[in-house]
Amino acid sequence: MYPSKFGYEAPRSLDELSSLLNRYGDDAKILAGGQSLVPMMKLRFAAPEVLVDINGIPGLDYHREDPDGTLRVGALCRHVTLERSALLAAKHPLMAAAAPLIADPMVRSRGTMVGSICHSDPQGDWASVLLALGGHMVALGPRGRRTIAAGHFSLGPFQNALQPDEIALEAVIPAPTGQRSGTYLKLERRVGDFATAGVAMALETSDGRVVRAGIALTGVGPSNIAATEAAQALVGKPLSEESIEQAAQLAAAAAQPRGDHRGSAAFKRHVVATFIRRGLARGEAVAA
Amino acid sequence: MSYGRSVEVVETAENVRRITITVNGERRVVEVEPRLLLAHLMREGLGLTGTHFGCDTTNCGACTVLFDGEPIKSCTMLAVQADGHEVTSVEGLGTHSELDPVQEGFQAEHGLQCGFCTPGMMMASKALLNRNASPTEEDVRWALSGNLCRCTGYQNIVKAVLWAADKQRLSGPAAAGDTSSEEHVS
Ligand SMILES: Cc1cc2nc3c(=O)[nH]c(=O)nc-3n(C[C@H](O)[C@H](O)[C@H](O)COP(=O)(O)OP(=O)(O)OC[C@H]3O[C@@H](n4cnc5c(N)ncnc54)[C@H](O)[C@@H]3O)c2cc1C
Ligand code: FES
Ligand code: FES
Repeated sequence: MYPSKFGYEAPRSLDELSSLLNRYGDDAKILAGGQSLVPMMKLRFAAPEVLVDINGIPGLDYHREDPDGTLRVGALCRHVTLERSALLAAKHPLMAAAAPLIADPMVRSRGTMVGSICHSDPQGDWASVLLALGGHMVALGPRGRRTIAAGHFSLGPFQNALQPDEIALEAVIPAPTGQRSGTYLKLERRVGDFATAGVAMALETSDGRVVRAGIALTGVGPSNIAATEAAQALVGKPLSEESIEQAAQLAAAAAQPRGDHRGSAAFKRHVVATFIRRGLARGEAVAA
Repeated sequence: MSYGRSVEVVETAENVRRITITVNGERRVVEVEPRLLLAHLMREGLGLTGTHFGCDTTNCGACTVLFDGEPIKSCTMLAVQADGHEVTSVEGLGTHSELDPVQEGFQAEHGLQCGFCTPGMMMASKALLNRNASPTEEDVRWALSGNLCRCTGYQNIVKAVLWAADKQRLSGPAAAGDTSSEEHVS
Protein backbone atom coordinates (compact mmCIF):
# COMPACT_ATOMS: atom_id res chain seq x y z
CA MET A 1 0.00 0.00 0.00
CA TYR A 2 1.24 3.43 -0.89
CA PRO A 3 0.22 6.69 0.72
CA SER A 4 -1.17 9.20 -1.76
CA LYS A 5 1.32 11.75 -3.03
CA PHE A 6 2.60 14.43 -0.73
CA GLY A 7 5.33 17.02 -0.54
CA TYR A 8 8.09 16.21 1.92
CA GLU A 9 9.97 18.69 4.07
CA ALA A 10 12.63 17.84 6.61
CA PRO A 11 13.49 20.98 8.58
CA ARG A 12 16.77 21.04 10.49
CA SER A 13 15.76 23.51 13.18
CA LEU A 14 12.71 24.74 15.06
CA ASP A 15 12.94 28.06 13.17
CA GLU A 16 12.83 26.28 9.85
CA LEU A 17 9.93 24.15 11.09
CA SER A 18 8.05 27.21 12.21
CA SER A 19 8.33 28.93 8.83
CA LEU A 20 7.21 25.73 7.05
CA LEU A 21 4.15 25.39 9.29
CA ASN A 22 3.45 29.05 8.72
CA ARG A 23 3.67 28.62 4.97
CA TYR A 24 1.61 25.44 4.64
CA GLY A 25 -0.85 25.88 7.52
CA ASP A 26 -3.64 23.32 7.43
CA ASP A 27 -2.11 21.47 4.47
CA ALA A 28 0.85 20.27 6.52
CA LYS A 29 1.10 17.42 8.98
CA ILE A 30 3.96 16.79 11.35
CA LEU A 31 5.67 13.40 11.11
CA ALA A 32 7.23 12.23 14.39
CA GLY A 33 7.59 8.48 14.96
CA GLY A 34 5.17 7.82 12.12
CA GLN A 35 3.72 4.79 13.91
CA SER A 36 0.19 6.14 13.74
CA LEU A 37 0.44 8.57 10.85
CA VAL A 38 2.16 6.34 8.27
CA PRO A 39 -0.34 3.46 8.71
CA MET A 40 -3.18 5.99 8.37
CA MET A 41 -1.63 7.45 5.22
CA LYS A 42 -1.19 3.98 3.74
CA LEU A 43 -4.87 3.26 4.38
CA ARG A 44 -5.65 6.73 2.95
CA PHE A 45 -7.41 7.75 6.15
CA ALA A 46 -4.95 10.63 6.11
CA ALA A 47 -3.70 12.36 2.98
CA PRO A 48 -1.75 15.47 3.94
CA GLU A 49 -0.53 17.72 1.12
CA VAL A 50 2.79 18.18 2.86
CA LEU A 51 4.53 16.05 5.42
CA VAL A 52 6.88 17.93 7.72
CA ASP A 53 9.30 15.38 9.15
CA ILE A 54 10.71 16.64 12.46
CA ASN A 55 13.13 13.74 12.94
CA GLY A 56 16.08 15.80 11.67
CA ILE A 57 15.65 18.55 14.25
CA PRO A 58 18.39 18.10 16.84
CA GLY A 59 17.81 18.31 20.56
CA LEU A 60 14.21 17.08 20.81
CA ASP A 61 14.87 13.53 21.97
CA TYR A 62 15.39 14.38 25.64
CA HIS A 63 13.64 13.37 28.80
CA ARG A 64 15.09 15.16 31.80
CA GLU A 65 14.32 16.64 35.16
CA ASP A 66 14.59 20.29 36.08
CA PRO A 67 16.36 20.96 39.40
CA ASP A 68 12.93 21.23 41.08
CA GLY A 69 11.93 17.75 39.86
CA THR A 70 9.73 18.75 36.92
CA LEU A 71 10.04 16.10 34.20
CA ARG A 72 10.17 17.16 30.53
CA VAL A 73 9.78 14.72 27.65
CA GLY A 74 10.78 16.15 24.26
CA ALA A 75 8.89 15.66 21.00
CA LEU A 76 11.36 13.07 19.70
CA CYS A 77 11.75 11.02 22.85
CA ARG A 78 10.80 7.52 21.70
CA HIS A 79 8.79 4.98 23.68
CA VAL A 80 11.88 2.75 23.84
CA THR A 81 13.97 5.48 25.50
CA LEU A 82 11.37 5.79 28.24
CA GLU A 83 11.16 2.00 28.53
CA ARG A 84 14.93 1.83 29.18
CA SER A 85 15.17 4.99 31.26
CA ALA A 86 16.98 4.70 34.59
CA LEU A 87 15.47 8.04 35.62
CA LEU A 88 11.92 6.75 35.18
CA ALA A 89 12.72 3.43 36.84
CA ALA A 90 14.05 5.28 39.88
CA LYS A 91 11.57 8.13 40.23
CA HIS A 92 8.52 7.76 38.01
CA PRO A 93 6.76 4.45 38.72
CA LEU A 94 3.64 5.17 36.63
CA MET A 95 5.62 6.19 33.56
CA ALA A 96 8.05 3.30 33.96
CA ALA A 97 5.12 0.87 34.16
CA ALA A 98 3.39 2.28 31.09
CA ALA A 99 6.32 2.53 28.67
CA PRO A 100 6.86 -1.20 28.02
CA LEU A 101 3.11 -1.74 27.58
CA ILE A 102 2.89 0.52 24.52
CA ALA A 103 2.59 -1.47 21.29
CA ASP A 104 5.48 -3.83 20.46
CA PRO A 105 9.28 -3.44 20.39
CA MET A 106 9.49 -2.24 16.77
CA VAL A 107 6.75 0.34 17.20
CA ARG A 108 8.45 1.46 20.43
CA SER A 109 11.73 2.00 18.56
CA ARG A 110 10.12 4.80 16.55
CA GLY A 111 6.94 6.04 18.21
CA THR A 112 7.06 8.99 20.60
CA MET A 113 5.16 9.87 23.77
CA VAL A 114 4.40 13.37 22.52
CA GLY A 115 3.23 12.05 19.12
CA SER A 116 0.98 9.57 20.87
CA ILE A 117 -0.65 12.31 22.93
CA CYS A 118 -1.02 14.50 19.81
CA HIS A 119 -2.67 11.63 17.99
CA SER A 120 -5.50 11.70 20.58
CA ASP A 121 -6.49 8.11 20.03
CA PRO A 122 -8.82 7.20 22.93
CA GLN A 123 -6.91 3.91 23.07
CA GLY A 124 -3.59 5.71 23.53
CA ASP A 125 -1.89 4.95 26.84
CA TRP A 126 0.33 8.02 27.32
CA ALA A 127 -2.54 10.50 27.44
CA SER A 128 -3.93 8.67 30.50
CA VAL A 129 -0.51 8.76 32.11
CA LEU A 130 -0.24 12.52 31.57
CA LEU A 131 -3.78 13.06 32.90
CA ALA A 132 -3.15 11.03 36.04
CA LEU A 133 0.07 12.92 36.74
CA GLY A 134 -1.61 16.30 36.27
CA GLY A 135 0.78 17.16 33.44
CA HIS A 136 0.61 19.51 30.50
CA MET A 137 1.83 19.95 26.94
CA VAL A 138 3.98 22.82 25.76
CA ALA A 139 3.02 24.10 22.30
CA LEU A 140 5.36 26.24 20.22
CA GLY A 141 4.04 28.49 17.49
CA PRO A 142 4.60 31.86 15.84
CA ARG A 143 3.20 33.58 18.92
CA GLY A 144 5.66 31.77 21.16
CA ARG A 145 5.08 29.05 23.71
CA ARG A 146 1.89 28.20 25.51
CA THR A 147 0.93 25.58 28.01
CA ILE A 148 -2.07 23.29 27.51
CA ALA A 149 -3.23 21.22 30.49
CA ALA A 150 -3.56 17.50 29.82
CA GLY A 151 -7.29 17.71 30.44
CA HIS A 152 -7.70 20.33 27.70
CA PHE A 153 -5.34 18.93 25.12
CA SER A 154 -7.52 16.30 23.51
CA LEU A 155 -10.72 17.62 21.96
CA GLY A 156 -12.07 14.20 21.05
CA PRO A 157 -10.99 11.22 19.00
CA PHE A 158 -8.00 12.21 16.81
CA GLN A 159 -8.43 15.91 17.54
CA ASN A 160 -6.16 18.05 19.67
CA ALA A 161 -6.01 21.65 20.79
CA LEU A 162 -2.97 22.62 18.68
CA GLN A 163 -3.24 25.27 15.98
CA PRO A 164 -2.06 24.22 12.50
CA ASP A 165 1.08 26.35 12.91
CA GLU A 166 1.95 24.91 16.32
CA ILE A 167 4.10 21.95 17.28
CA ALA A 168 3.86 20.11 20.58
CA LEU A 169 7.36 20.69 21.88
CA GLU A 170 7.25 18.62 25.05
CA ALA A 171 5.11 16.87 27.62
CA VAL A 172 5.66 18.10 31.17
CA ILE A 173 5.05 16.32 34.46
CA PRO A 174 5.09 18.59 37.52
CA ALA A 175 7.37 17.92 40.46
CA PRO A 176 5.78 15.78 43.17
CA THR A 177 4.71 17.29 46.47
CA GLY A 178 5.07 14.00 48.29
CA GLN A 179 6.50 10.52 47.91
CA ARG A 180 5.50 9.21 44.52
CA SER A 181 3.89 5.83 43.88
CA GLY A 182 1.61 4.45 41.22
CA THR A 183 1.40 2.13 38.30
CA TYR A 184 -0.23 1.46 34.95
CA LEU A 185 -2.35 -1.63 34.47
CA LYS A 186 -3.54 -2.61 31.03
CA LEU A 187 -5.59 -5.52 29.77
CA GLU A 188 -4.73 -6.47 26.20
CA ARG A 189 -5.85 -9.43 24.16
CA ARG A 190 -2.24 -10.18 23.25
CA VAL A 191 1.09 -8.46 23.75
CA GLY A 192 1.27 -5.34 21.60
CA ASP A 193 -2.44 -4.77 21.28
CA PHE A 194 -4.27 -1.61 22.22
CA ALA A 195 -5.98 -1.64 25.62
CA THR A 196 -9.26 -3.41 26.27
CA ALA A 197 -9.06 -1.23 29.35
CA GLY A 198 -6.15 0.58 30.96
CA VAL A 199 -5.86 2.43 34.25
CA ALA A 200 -3.19 4.97 35.17
CA MET A 201 -2.76 5.57 38.89
CA ALA A 202 -0.52 8.23 40.43
CA LEU A 203 -0.27 8.89 44.15
CA GLU A 204 1.80 11.23 46.24
CA THR A 205 1.97 10.60 49.96
CA SER A 206 3.42 12.61 52.78
CA ASP A 207 3.43 11.68 56.49
CA GLY A 208 1.39 8.59 55.71
CA ARG A 209 -1.40 10.53 53.99
CA VAL A 210 -2.22 10.80 50.33
CA VAL A 211 -1.60 14.43 49.36
CA ARG A 212 -2.30 14.10 45.65
CA ALA A 213 -3.98 11.41 43.57
CA GLY A 214 -4.64 11.06 39.88
CA ILE A 215 -6.53 8.30 38.08
CA ALA A 216 -7.14 8.12 34.33
CA LEU A 217 -8.74 5.51 32.11
CA THR A 218 -7.76 4.25 28.65
CA GLY A 219 -9.97 2.61 26.06
CA VAL A 220 -13.25 3.00 27.94
CA GLY A 221 -14.65 6.17 26.41
CA PRO A 222 -14.51 8.55 23.45
CA SER A 223 -11.27 9.90 24.90
CA ASN A 224 -8.99 9.20 27.83
CA ILE A 225 -10.99 9.88 30.99
CA ALA A 226 -9.71 11.61 34.10
CA ALA A 227 -11.56 9.89 36.96
CA THR A 228 -11.37 12.95 39.18
CA GLU A 229 -13.90 11.91 41.81
CA ALA A 230 -12.27 8.52 42.19
CA ALA A 231 -8.91 10.18 42.75
CA GLN A 232 -10.38 12.70 45.18
CA ALA A 233 -11.74 9.86 47.32
CA LEU A 234 -8.15 8.94 48.15
CA VAL A 235 -6.83 12.36 49.13
CA GLY A 236 -6.32 13.70 52.66
CA LYS A 237 -6.12 10.35 54.40
CA PRO A 238 -3.97 7.27 54.55
CA LEU A 239 -4.60 4.72 51.83
CA SER A 240 -7.11 2.20 53.21
CA GLU A 241 -9.22 -0.65 51.97
CA GLU A 242 -12.29 1.56 52.25
CA SER A 243 -10.87 4.44 50.25
CA ILE A 244 -9.52 2.09 47.61
CA GLU A 245 -12.91 0.41 47.27
CA GLN A 246 -14.58 3.79 46.99
CA ALA A 247 -12.15 4.84 44.28
CA ALA A 248 -12.71 1.55 42.43
CA GLN A 249 -16.48 2.10 42.36
CA LEU A 250 -16.20 5.74 41.34
CA ALA A 251 -13.71 4.96 38.56
CA ALA A 252 -15.94 2.21 37.20
CA ALA A 253 -18.82 4.72 37.21
CA ALA A 254 -16.68 7.31 35.41
CA ALA A 255 -15.88 4.87 32.60
CA GLN A 256 -18.02 5.15 29.47
CA PRO A 257 -17.18 1.87 27.78
CA ARG A 258 -18.87 0.45 24.72
CA GLY A 259 -19.15 -3.23 24.05
CA ASP A 260 -17.02 -4.36 21.10
CA HIS A 261 -14.82 -7.25 19.98
CA ARG A 262 -12.61 -6.65 23.01
CA GLY A 263 -15.43 -7.20 25.51
CA SER A 264 -18.79 -5.99 26.78
CA ALA A 265 -19.30 -2.64 28.49
CA ALA A 266 -20.00 -4.37 31.81
CA PHE A 267 -16.81 -6.42 31.53
CA LYS A 268 -14.71 -3.32 30.85
CA ARG A 269 -16.18 -1.52 33.86
CA HIS A 270 -15.40 -4.54 35.96
CA VAL A 271 -11.81 -4.52 34.73
CA VAL A 272 -11.45 -0.83 35.65
CA ALA A 273 -12.60 -1.47 39.24
CA THR A 274 -10.39 -4.54 39.55
CA PHE A 275 -7.35 -2.65 38.27
CA ILE A 276 -7.87 0.14 40.80
CA ARG A 277 -8.03 -2.39 43.65
CA ARG A 278 -4.94 -4.20 42.41
CA GLY A 279 -2.93 -1.17 41.47
CA LEU A 280 -3.54 0.75 44.67
CA ALA A 281 -3.11 -2.24 46.93
CA ARG A 282 0.23 -2.57 45.23
CA GLY A 283 0.78 1.18 45.64
CA GLU A 284 3.14 0.94 48.57
CA ALA A 285 5.22 -1.71 46.88
CA VAL A 286 5.83 0.33 43.74
CA ALA A 287 6.67 3.57 45.54
CA ALA A 288 9.72 5.23 44.02
CA MET B 1 27.70 -0.66 -8.23
CA SER B 2 24.54 -0.01 -10.15
CA TYR B 3 21.87 2.33 -8.95
CA GLY B 4 19.75 1.89 -12.01
CA ARG B 5 17.18 -0.39 -10.47
CA SER B 6 16.62 1.94 -7.59
CA VAL B 7 15.67 4.68 -9.96
CA GLU B 8 13.16 2.40 -11.67
CA VAL B 9 10.85 2.30 -8.68
CA VAL B 10 10.28 6.00 -8.99
CA GLU B 11 7.03 6.65 -10.80
CA THR B 12 7.53 10.21 -11.91
CA ALA B 13 10.49 12.49 -12.14
CA GLU B 14 8.78 15.20 -10.12
CA ASN B 15 9.19 15.31 -6.39
CA VAL B 16 12.10 12.87 -6.40
CA ARG B 17 14.71 12.96 -3.65
CA ARG B 18 18.26 11.74 -3.80
CA ILE B 19 19.19 10.01 -0.56
CA THR B 20 22.30 8.28 0.73
CA ILE B 21 21.87 5.29 2.97
CA THR B 22 24.21 2.63 4.24
CA VAL B 23 22.61 -0.74 3.57
CA ASN B 24 24.31 -3.77 5.07
CA GLY B 25 27.51 -1.79 5.37
CA GLU B 26 27.47 -0.51 1.80
CA ARG B 27 26.83 3.12 0.94
CA ARG B 28 23.99 3.46 -1.58
CA VAL B 29 22.76 6.55 -3.34
CA VAL B 30 19.18 6.18 -4.55
CA GLU B 31 16.45 8.39 -5.86
CA VAL B 32 13.08 7.96 -4.24
CA GLU B 33 9.65 9.47 -4.28
CA PRO B 34 8.76 10.57 -0.71
CA ARG B 35 5.86 8.15 -0.49
CA LEU B 36 8.05 5.14 -1.21
CA LEU B 37 8.20 2.90 1.86
CA LEU B 38 11.54 1.66 3.11
CA ALA B 39 10.40 -1.95 2.61
CA HIS B 40 9.68 -1.22 -1.07
CA LEU B 41 13.06 0.40 -1.50
CA MET B 42 14.74 -2.64 0.01
CA ARG B 43 12.83 -5.17 -2.08
CA GLU B 44 12.21 -3.52 -5.43
CA GLY B 45 14.78 -0.75 -5.40
CA LEU B 46 17.76 -2.62 -4.02
CA GLY B 47 16.67 -6.18 -4.85
CA LEU B 48 17.00 -7.25 -1.21
CA THR B 49 13.93 -9.46 -1.08
CA GLY B 50 14.76 -10.97 2.31
CA THR B 51 12.72 -8.19 3.85
CA HIS B 52 9.15 -9.48 3.59
CA PHE B 53 5.78 -7.80 3.42
CA GLY B 54 3.39 -9.79 5.61
CA CYS B 55 0.51 -7.63 6.71
CA ASP B 56 1.52 -4.21 5.31
CA THR B 57 -0.37 -2.76 8.29
CA THR B 58 2.36 -2.57 10.98
CA ASN B 59 1.22 -5.71 12.78
CA CYS B 60 3.32 -8.73 11.82
CA GLY B 61 6.99 -7.74 11.93
CA ALA B 62 7.95 -9.68 8.76
CA CYS B 63 9.44 -6.44 7.40
CA THR B 64 11.69 -5.83 10.42
CA VAL B 65 15.11 -4.34 9.67
CA LEU B 66 17.63 -2.63 11.92
CA PHE B 67 17.65 1.14 11.59
CA ASP B 68 20.79 2.54 13.24
CA GLY B 69 20.78 -0.69 15.23
CA GLU B 70 17.18 -0.54 16.47
CA PRO B 71 14.55 -2.93 15.08
CA ILE B 72 11.84 -1.14 13.09
CA LYS B 73 9.03 -2.12 10.75
CA SER B 74 10.19 -1.06 7.30
CA CYS B 75 6.61 -1.05 5.99
CA THR B 76 6.01 1.85 8.37
CA MET B 77 8.91 4.12 7.51
CA LEU B 78 9.36 6.23 4.42
CA ALA B 79 12.52 5.44 2.48
CA VAL B 80 13.36 9.13 2.35
CA GLN B 81 13.60 9.09 6.16
CA ALA B 82 16.56 6.72 5.91
CA ASP B 83 18.69 9.45 4.34
CA GLY B 84 22.00 9.50 6.21
CA HIS B 85 21.14 6.41 8.27
CA GLU B 86 22.22 2.77 8.45
CA VAL B 87 19.88 -0.07 7.56
CA THR B 88 20.65 -3.74 8.13
CA SER B 89 18.48 -6.43 6.59
CA VAL B 90 18.67 -10.21 6.84
CA GLU B 91 21.06 -10.20 3.86
CA GLY B 92 23.53 -8.32 6.07
CA LEU B 93 23.57 -10.93 8.81
CA GLY B 94 25.87 -13.52 7.34
CA THR B 95 27.41 -14.79 4.12
CA HIS B 96 26.84 -18.09 2.35
CA SER B 97 30.01 -19.49 3.87
CA GLU B 98 29.59 -17.99 7.30
CA LEU B 99 26.21 -17.72 8.91
CA ASP B 100 25.41 -15.42 11.78
CA PRO B 101 24.86 -17.29 15.07
CA VAL B 102 21.19 -16.28 14.85
CA GLN B 103 20.89 -17.96 11.46
CA GLU B 104 22.73 -21.02 12.71
CA GLY B 105 20.41 -21.15 15.72
CA PHE B 106 17.30 -21.17 13.52
CA GLN B 107 18.83 -24.02 11.55
CA ALA B 108 19.96 -26.01 14.58
CA GLU B 109 16.70 -25.66 16.52
CA HIS B 110 14.29 -25.84 13.56
CA GLY B 111 13.15 -22.27 14.16
CA LEU B 112 11.27 -22.06 10.87
CA GLN B 113 8.78 -23.91 8.76
CA CYS B 114 7.54 -21.88 5.80
CA GLY B 115 10.16 -19.24 6.54
CA PHE B 116 8.01 -16.24 5.81
CA CYS B 117 8.37 -14.63 9.23
CA THR B 118 12.00 -15.71 9.59
CA PRO B 119 13.90 -12.64 8.32
CA GLY B 120 11.90 -10.40 10.65
CA MET B 121 12.33 -12.82 13.54
CA MET B 122 16.08 -12.90 12.93
CA MET B 123 16.43 -9.13 12.82
CA ALA B 124 14.44 -8.66 16.02
CA SER B 125 16.58 -11.41 17.61
CA LYS B 126 19.78 -9.77 16.41
CA ALA B 127 18.71 -6.47 17.94
CA LEU B 128 18.13 -8.24 21.24
CA LEU B 129 21.49 -10.02 21.23
CA ASN B 130 23.33 -6.82 20.36
CA ARG B 131 21.99 -5.27 23.56
CA ASN B 132 21.81 -8.29 25.79
CA ALA B 133 24.33 -11.10 25.35
CA SER B 134 22.65 -13.34 27.95
CA PRO B 135 18.91 -13.08 27.48
CA THR B 136 16.50 -15.22 29.46
CA GLU B 137 13.66 -17.04 27.74
CA GLU B 138 11.39 -14.26 28.98
CA ASP B 139 13.68 -11.62 27.39
CA VAL B 140 13.53 -13.46 24.06
CA ARG B 141 9.74 -13.74 24.11
CA TRP B 142 9.50 -10.06 24.98
CA ALA B 143 11.86 -9.02 22.18
CA LEU B 144 9.89 -11.10 19.65
CA SER B 145 6.47 -9.97 20.84
CA GLY B 146 5.96 -7.84 17.73
CA ASN B 147 6.74 -10.68 15.30
CA LEU B 148 3.99 -13.07 14.26
CA CYS B 149 4.53 -16.62 13.03
CA ARG B 150 1.71 -18.73 11.59
CA CYS B 151 3.65 -22.00 11.59
CA THR B 152 6.01 -22.82 14.39
CA GLY B 153 4.12 -22.10 17.60
CA TYR B 154 7.16 -19.98 18.57
CA GLN B 155 8.73 -22.61 20.80
CA ASN B 156 11.57 -23.45 18.45
CA ILE B 157 12.11 -19.83 17.54
CA VAL B 158 12.73 -19.02 21.18
CA LYS B 159 15.10 -21.99 21.44
CA ALA B 160 16.91 -20.82 18.32
CA VAL B 161 17.60 -17.41 19.80
CA LEU B 162 18.80 -18.89 23.09
CA TRP B 163 21.03 -21.22 21.07
CA ALA B 164 22.45 -18.22 19.22
CA ALA B 165 23.07 -16.37 22.47
CA ASP B 166 25.03 -19.34 23.84
CA LYS B 167 27.01 -19.68 20.65
CA GLN B 168 27.79 -15.99 20.49
CA ARG B 169 28.89 -15.91 24.13
CA LEU B 170 31.12 -18.94 23.80
CA SER B 171 32.75 -18.23 20.49
CA GLY B 172 31.82 -14.80 19.24
CA PRO B 173 33.75 -11.57 19.47
CA ALA B 174 31.81 -10.85 22.62
CA ALA B 175 33.33 -13.91 24.34
CA ALA B 176 35.88 -11.70 26.04
CA GLY B 177 33.26 -10.12 28.23
CA ASP B 178 29.58 -9.79 28.79
CA THR B 179 28.86 -6.87 26.52
CA SER B 180 25.76 -4.86 26.83
CA SER B 181 27.14 -2.73 24.02
CA GLU B 182 24.59 -0.75 22.06
CA GLU B 183 26.81 -1.11 19.02
CA HIS B 184 25.29 -2.40 15.94
CA VAL B 185 27.01 -5.28 14.27
CA SER B 186 26.24 -5.83 10.64
C1 LIG C 1 0.80 -2.14 15.81
C2 LIG C 1 0.65 -0.93 16.65
C3 LIG C 1 0.30 -1.05 17.97
C4 LIG C 1 0.16 0.07 18.78
N1 LIG C 1 -0.18 -0.11 20.08
C5 LIG C 1 -0.29 0.96 20.89
C6 LIG C 1 -0.62 0.82 22.26
O1 LIG C 1 -0.79 -0.30 22.76
N2 LIG C 1 -0.75 1.94 23.02
C7 LIG C 1 -0.55 3.19 22.51
O2 LIG C 1 -0.66 4.16 23.25
N3 LIG C 1 -0.20 3.37 21.23
C8 LIG C 1 -0.08 2.28 20.40
N4 LIG C 1 0.27 2.48 19.10
C9 LIG C 1 0.49 3.85 18.60
C10 LIG C 1 1.92 4.28 18.85
O3 LIG C 1 2.12 4.50 20.23
C11 LIG C 1 2.33 5.58 18.11
O4 LIG C 1 3.71 5.70 18.25
C12 LIG C 1 1.73 6.84 18.62
O5 LIG C 1 0.32 6.79 18.68
C13 LIG C 1 2.04 8.03 17.72
O6 LIG C 1 3.32 8.52 17.96
P1 LIG C 1 4.29 8.82 16.75
O7 LIG C 1 5.46 9.51 17.31
O8 LIG C 1 4.53 7.55 16.03
O9 LIG C 1 3.43 9.87 15.93
P2 LIG C 1 3.11 10.03 14.38
O10 LIG C 1 2.50 8.80 13.84
O11 LIG C 1 4.28 10.58 13.68
O12 LIG C 1 2.00 11.18 14.48
C14 LIG C 1 0.71 10.95 15.01
C15 LIG C 1 -0.11 12.23 14.92
O13 LIG C 1 0.37 13.21 15.84
C16 LIG C 1 0.85 14.36 15.15
N5 LIG C 1 2.11 14.75 15.82
C17 LIG C 1 3.13 13.92 16.17
N6 LIG C 1 4.07 14.59 16.84
C18 LIG C 1 3.64 15.87 16.91
C19 LIG C 1 4.18 17.05 17.53
N7 LIG C 1 5.35 17.02 18.19
N8 LIG C 1 3.48 18.20 17.42
C20 LIG C 1 2.28 18.24 16.77
N9 LIG C 1 1.73 17.14 16.19
C21 LIG C 1 2.39 15.98 16.27
C22 LIG C 1 1.04 13.93 13.71
O14 LIG C 1 0.87 15.02 12.83
C23 LIG C 1 -0.05 12.89 13.55
O15 LIG C 1 -1.28 13.51 13.33
C24 LIG C 1 0.40 1.37 18.25
C25 LIG C 1 0.78 1.51 16.93
C26 LIG C 1 0.90 0.38 16.12
C27 LIG C 1 1.29 0.55 14.70
S1 FES D 1 4.63 -6.06 6.80
FE1 FES D 1 5.42 -4.58 8.14
S2 FES D 1 4.60 -5.20 10.03
FE2 FES D 1 3.68 -6.62 8.67
S1 FES E 1 7.72 -20.15 9.78
FE1 FES E 1 5.91 -19.79 8.64
S2 FES E 1 5.26 -17.87 9.44
FE2 FES E 1 6.85 -18.40 10.75
